[in-house]
Amino acid sequence: MWRAEMRVTLKPGVLDPQGRAVRQKLANLGWTGVSDVRVGKFLELLLEAPDRAAAVALVEEMGRRLLANPVLEDFSFDLEER
Amino acid sequence: MRWGVVVFPGSNCDQDAVGALSCLGEEVVTLWHEDEDLAGMDCVVLPGGFSYGDYLRAGAMAARSPVMGAVRRHAAAGGLVLGICNGFQILCEAGLLPGAFLPNENLRFVCRTVQVRVETNRPAFTRDLEPGTVLSIPIAHAEGNYRVDPQTLERLERAQQVVLRYCDATGEPTGEANPNGSVANIAGVANPEGNVLGMMPHPERAVEQVLGSTDGRGIFRSAAVCWAARGA
Repeated sequence: MWRAEMRVTLKPGVLDPQGRAVRQKLANLGWTGVSDVRVGKFLELLLEAPDRAAAVALVEEMGRRLLANPVLEDFSFDLEER
Repeated sequence: MRWGVVVFPGSNCDQDAVGALSCLGEEVVTLWHEDEDLAGMDCVVLPGGFSYGDYLRAGAMAARSPVMGAVRRHAAAGGLVLGICNGFQILCEAGLLPGAFLPNENLRFVCRTVQVRVETNRPAFTRDLEPGTVLSIPIAHAEGNYRVDPQTLERLERAQQVVLRYCDATGEPTGEANPNGSVANIAGVANPEGNVLGMMPHPERAVEQVLGSTDGRGIFRSAAVCWAARGA
């Protein structure tokens, strides 16, 4: 059993209306030194795979085909054996 | 012409689309998201709503449902496909149209009647409209902020795939007239062949004067005119 932790983030340069609102709210609360906030997603996946290479290939494909939108988002992940 | 309106879990404008098409005298049935064929439909409508609760990304789940394989084959064979609001998001997620959506720039759910300018009558769904015509049609969405990279935008503009643009009452695509931050005020995009259209405004909510506008009729009528011409 493998456990993957995936981060899905907006590509550099893609504007992030949510991040901008969060940055503004932080400033309202007194944290005026935050120059940028980007909001992403964090996913935990538990999966069966015969070995690490197979698990990496599976998670890669899941990221490409569903979990991230290739027009706007990048993804990266860590993998550990359970 | 036979119209099929696909119902996904969380669609909420499917019956509006059925009602609008019935009101226009069109033959229309509903299809289910698990259907693997389109039962001989000429035009498929992907309606507005919140398919799968917008989980992961708006339209992401619906774009991978069984019916979309059939929609893809239908489109490839020249069949007509109209995606409205969430349907537009689904078409982009499915790769049938370019681009993707971000939350509205002002982060608000925007629900009001807007003006859109018809940019071209090359696609099936604007065939019966004059370029430059300004349509009053309601929008209702939180994620209508259409994005494409600059190269793709240039390609879309050149190929006349930008079909509808948010504009003011005089037809000018101003910043103030842009309700969601979409790049180049884009409200509707077609595929290169012109048989697939995605649009954020809801034409099915603008087919009877009692609802405030009949400008949505032109979209449905165009498809029917186009289909009739093809059959002739």
